[in-house]
Amino acid sequence: MIPSSFDYSAPTTLEEALNLLEEIGDEAKILAGGHSLIPMMKLRFAEPEHLIDLSNVPGLSYINTEGNTVKIGAMTREVDAEESEELNKLFPIFKDVGKLIADPQVRNFGTLGGNLAHGDAANDQPAVMMALNAEIEIIGKEGTRTVGIDDFFFGFYATAVEEGEILTAIKIPIPDGKFGSAYHKSERKVGDYATGGVGVQLTFDSSGTCTKAGIGLTNVNPTPLRASRSEEALVGTTVTDEVIEQAAQFASEDCNPSADLRGDEDYKRRIIKVLTKRMIVKAKERAFS
Amino acid sequence: MKREITLKINGEEYTSTVEPRTLLVHFIREHAMLTGTHIGCDTSSCGACTILIDGKSAKSCTILAIQAVGKEITTVEGLALADGPHPLQEGFKENHGLHCGFCTPGMMMRAVELLEKNPNPTEEDIRWGISGNLCRCTGYNNIVKAIKYAGAKMRGDELPSTEPEFVE
Repeated sequence: MIPSSFDYSAPTTLEEALNLLEEIGDEAKILAGGHSLIPMMKLRFAEPEHLIDLSNVPGLSYINTEGNTVKIGAMTREVDAEESEELNKLFPIFKDVGKLIADPQVRNFGTLGGNLAHGDAANDQPAVMMALNAEIEIIGKEGTRTVGIDDFFFGFYATAVEEGEILTAIKIPIPDGKFGSAYHKSERKVGDYATGGVGVQLTFDSSGTCTKAGIGLTNVNPTPLRASRSEEALVGTTVTDEVIEQAAQFASEDCNPSADLRGDEDYKRRIIKVLTKRMIVKAKERAFS
Repeated sequence: MKREITLKINGEEYTSTVEPRTLLVHFIREHAMLTGTHIGCDTSSCGACTILIDGKSAKSCTILAIQAVGKEITTVEGLALADGPHPLQEGFKENHGLHCGFCTPGMMMRAVELLEKNPNPTEEDIRWGISGNLCRCTGYNNIVKAIKYAGAKMRGDELPSTEPEFVE
């Protein structure tokens, strides 16, 4: 399978890339790792007329801690987040999700920025970023702006990155107090999209009360979904078995899965319930270890 | 929209005029005429097209040839050492690590990076490590053995038995 014909540019600065985007307009598409876009182009689901490859733009691949924020460059490869000790000491969720995204070869090329900018509710990083309450940095001709993860996903393959803009970084706040995170998805086989996936981060104060909860769900809604009612159920409690059961129940009720080859709606709701329970338990364990 | 590109494959330069949509695997097979790299599923699932780009294993059916300009590409043809087969090639030979052989180049190229990152992998490490490579003969047991053997050889450890295991 070969994509339909297109033109290709590999700018060496962001400014040059933005100029190209402006010049070419909506027929241009940014190429990061290409491991979502190129398969879609081969199937001719996507037929951009011009690819702007960011690989030669320096300074877009990094994981830096700045004050209470970890900043991850958009071109950081999945494998680099998975293997970063600095990142996983704070957020072991990256090790969890790293092992589950596609396969090792794909993770060598796929990027975190591309994963998010693709805007696919079946991708795993969106739910992770919801759990972690990330912010997305976007650059355009007018300058840089930051969008909260809850305002980032608009619809099927649609995000807050507008025409003429480029996603440049992901900012993850480091919570105060004890905190732990975890992610898991159910998949039919390695490399498959999630039947359902759940990412959780919990923050506790010194008395052991949960002060903040982030729960993101994968592939059970047209857009990546925040399980708000489940989060509210946890905050202000010590996250007992009873509360966990309730939060998991809410997640299974509030998601909107559709039946497909991976299972029917009821089955997917059950998957979400079980995984929500397990990931809350794991995140709590990690917060106190 | 055609343009002339030069790719460095196994240390040699190959120049050809291609469209930007030319996939790396097609450049390797049809322009450089190195047909050891296979096309299996053509959807980045099976790993038969796995090669190394700057030492990282990659699925060449999902990368544009033009994206690989300026990089060092290694295919299975570049695997053997100056004085003989690579330990992985020896491992696959000694352990009957291939049935039909179609997945073998991809398996070996993937295992190069796996062993470089983790010179003494457990069986589980190996199985996770080759999770992006499919063997439709389902010969995984011997592939795992072959990679273990290569690891031992590269570390200079005692070589594991190549005797087949029978299950009663």
